[in-house]
Amino acid sequence: MQLVNITINGKAFEHEVEPRLLLVHYIREKAQLTGTHVGCDTGNCGACTVVYNGKLIKSCLMLAVQADGSEILTIEGMSQQDPEKQKNGLHPIQDAFLEKFGFQCGYCTPGMVLNTHTLLKSNPNPSEHEIREALEGNLCMCTGYQQIIESIQYAAEKMKAGK
Amino acid sequence: MTMATSKPPARKTNSAKRSNVASPAMAAATRSAPFSGQSILRKEDQRLLTGQGQFVDDIRLADTVHMAMLRSPYAHARIVRVDASRARALPGVLDILTGPDVKDALGVIPVLARMPDFKYPPHYFLAVDRVRYAGEPVAAVVAEDPYTARDAVELIDVEYEPLPVVIDAEKAMEKDAPRLHEELQNNVGGTYSVVSGDVLEAFRHADHVVKARIVNQRLAPSAMECRAVLASFQPSDGTLTLWTSTQIPHLLRNFLATTLKIPDNRMRVIAPDVGGGFGSKLNVYPEDALAPFLAMKLRRPVKWAESRRENMRATTHGRAQVQKVEMAFAKDGRIRGMRCRSIFDAGAYFHMFTAVGPTSTANLGSGCYKIPAYSFGVTEVFTNKMSTDAYRGAGRPEAIFLIERMMDIAAKQLGMDAVALRHKNLITPKDLPFTTPAGRVYDSGNYPRDLRSVMKAAGYDKLRRKQAAWRAEGRLMGIGIASYVENCGPGPTSGKPPGGGWESATVRVEPSGRITVLTGTSPHGQGEETTFSQIVADELGVPMDRIAVIHGDTLVVAAGIGTFGSRNTSVGGSAILMSCRKLKEKITAIAAHLLETKPERIVWRAGQLTVKGAPSKSVTIDEVAQAAYRARNLPPGVEPGLEANSFYNPRSLTFPSGAHLCVVEVDRDTGEVKLLDYYAVDDCGRVINPLLVEGQIQGGIAQGIGQALYEELLFDENGQMLTGEFMDYALPHAAHTPPYHCTRSNTPTQANLLGVKGVGESGTIGATPAVVNAVMDALAPFGVLHLDMPLKPEKLWKEMRKAEVRS
Repeated sequence: MQLVNITINGKAFEHEVEPRLLLVHYIREKAQLTGTHVGCDTGNCGACTVVYNGKLIKSCLMLAVQADGSEILTIEGMSQQDPEKQKNGLHPIQDAFLEKFGFQCGYCTPGMVLNTHTLLKSNPNPSEHEIREALEGNLCMCTGYQQIIESIQYAAEKMKAGK
Repeated sequence: MTMATSKPPARKTNSAKRSNVASPAMAAATRSAPFSGQSILRKEDQRLLTGQGQFVDDIRLADTVHMAMLRSPYAHARIVRVDASRARALPGVLDILTGPDVKDALGVIPVLARMPDFKYPPHYFLAVDRVRYAGEPVAAVVAEDPYTARDAVELIDVEYEPLPVVIDAEKAMEKDAPRLHEELQNNVGGTYSVVSGDVLEAFRHADHVVKARIVNQRLAPSAMECRAVLASFQPSDGTLTLWTSTQIPHLLRNFLATTLKIPDNRMRVIAPDVGGGFGSKLNVYPEDALAPFLAMKLRRPVKWAESRRENMRATTHGRAQVQKVEMAFAKDGRIRGMRCRSIFDAGAYFHMFTAVGPTSTANLGSGCYKIPAYSFGVTEVFTNKMSTDAYRGAGRPEAIFLIERMMDIAAKQLGMDAVALRHKNLITPKDLPFTTPAGRVYDSGNYPRDLRSVMKAAGYDKLRRKQAAWRAEGRLMGIGIASYVENCGPGPTSGKPPGGGWESATVRVEPSGRITVLTGTSPHGQGEETTFSQIVADELGVPMDRIAVIHGDTLVVAAGIGTFGSRNTSVGGSAILMSCRKLKEKITAIAAHLLETKPERIVWRAGQLTVKGAPSKSVTIDEVAQAAYRARNLPPGVEPGLEANSFYNPRSLTFPSGAHLCVVEVDRDTGEVKLLDYYAVDDCGRVINPLLVEGQIQGGIAQGIGQALYEELLFDENGQMLTGEFMDYALPHAAHTPPYHCTRSNTPTQANLLGVKGVGESGTIGATPAVVNAVMDALAPFGVLHLDMPLKPEKLWKEMRKAEVRS
């Protein structure tokens, strides 16, 4: 067993874990944040996407011990991002997904939202092509992507407008 | 057309209103009736957006233990010996079950689609003495945590005696093929055929006969959430609760109660948030029974969450037909007849709906065309693979792909334009009602108009000119068209073969006047909480935010069948409407009594009941509800309370239809297909919520694209899956999908109370042939007539190089 300290959504967690414990399982089972999902175990689907020290990662491809000392943002932490822009408990990106019907079953959604959050930080005006490329690591089997892309375009507008 | 035009126009207005209100439900509440026809935002979204969804694996119960499955590494083997002693000795391991432990207790895995004269060899919850596909469960382990359970799986020693494997369905029909089920004479599980008209005569008088071999490859439905179960037993009252990622909680409850020998009124199945299904969660799977069995035995909650690796191997697959088809044409292009022999790769066992899928293909093989002589036979064959079962469309995509490919192939061979050939043979509105060779009666639709509409939307003539210009530059552009009709809302219950049956709904006005809707359907992403609320809001004249829709819990919803075959709104919605109408009568009677008038003098207006000619005399639904529950002043003979329960049994199938058009470019140097644009005109009958309908169509198209271009379950000769992870099973990504331009062409149907036809599967059915036709059109300069799906770059590249060598 190994001691790890991980800050998730601004809150410090400390646990003794098996060295083989995957970060996604740490987040779901130890930190009890179940908005991060497991979809494929091979890093292809993006349901387990989280933001790790500011970078987008697949939490099924990292061990909890490797994340020791890191800061992680999960979907649950979106409620603290850009506090001045939050409305009705939703970040503008989430609001955009709601208004543009950017999901159906909702399983891939946390990953899509975190991907958008990271994308818009580095590129506040992504083209449709750039959005499609940015979603390379996130699969959705329900929507066919168009409504997700429209959601991201709308999220970009909202973020700029400070809505 | 731009992307913006494909959005339902109402959404903009809605977004504008949204910014001033507190929640989507309130946004809906500010809108006026009728709600049906408006793109009202979904009610279920907030929890899913914020990570608060409750998928099975998210549910936490105290003292839960974890199950893991040992699966056969062999596609076909005799189990000589299972020794779990090392696994049992591992600290944290609580129990291990093998086939003989549960064979008598659980019996065989139940099957719903029982076809006459089909053979249903036993399929045990855990393999007893033989395994018939790689991935078949051999043992179940329970341990204190999931990692230990998986460790223990590794420690179980199984001695297998490998047996000869048969993977290819055509080879499985050969005389000396390895036999899967000893009790059968061969590997054929059953045959089904549709014959109509004089086929021999039609071919005898044909001016042209066009032949092809069309393969509909095996696919993995790939719901983003794999399967998961959580079972909890309450010894004090003998109640078993099972949370499971399913499309059919009530059917599961009924089957599992029998399997587990629990009274059905002590068994509760809950489908919480379900992360997609597409037909793959339409079954009783071994884990659905093993987790409850262990929960009862150990008196602790048992959880199992499937890995993707397991999902690819041991959750049902889709499609898997090889069709040899011949079509007879007259000189002018009129179809004289069609005959097809299809071999369906059923996998190792008949699962819940396995046997019935290909019968849909045989029933629908004539598509939207007039085919006077028709013969379609399906042979369902056992092979050493996981069972094939429902996958978005379940037999219908295979039919429409076949006929729509054939129209293009025939056009080429007859030297005719593919559009003209279609128009020559399409069923027209004048032909309706039209009885198909399978005896189905198409009641509505306008296939020629839909085809013209989609071509107009795409700017077809301009596209053809562009194609010619590109070809002159050496660029390979292709335009593909597909006309489709399909059948949804499976019914009637007593039809031939029996349909998916009825659906139930309870609508209750609570004492406050708020409304609770209980539906037997089990939506999981389609957005029916909103659609159903719209139906109720319109019928009873109440605001959307006064309505709660509850589903997916057998204890709360008295009866149901579930979500499949695009039946939610057509069958489930009709049941809700029936209940609303019954309620309306009772509300009217109580209101009349309260207002001291006759029921026929009561006028309904926006939740307000007034007396005709005396608008000052009125009561609200809320006041009627209070009166109904207080029960001190009710009309004679009227029972207290305010709820109505209905079972809607559809009179017939519905027949959604449409036309799709896809534009592609094939890279001459790499063989890569780029989808440039996609146009769809879909007739799904009356639309309750355009936003949700659009989502169903677009998502369906993407899955059709997946089959056409990327997806394929491949096995080696030993039955080992070669595409067993998302690493190598290619699903469409955002960068692969084109802009969709979707419009609706709605013709009314009387098939159900709402006039809706269903929309869950249409997109997939139209898309696969449209995309393949487009790619084959792009390759026309190379003289390639047909290639099997998926149209991967290497396949196209090879064909182009071969053609170059030939020339």
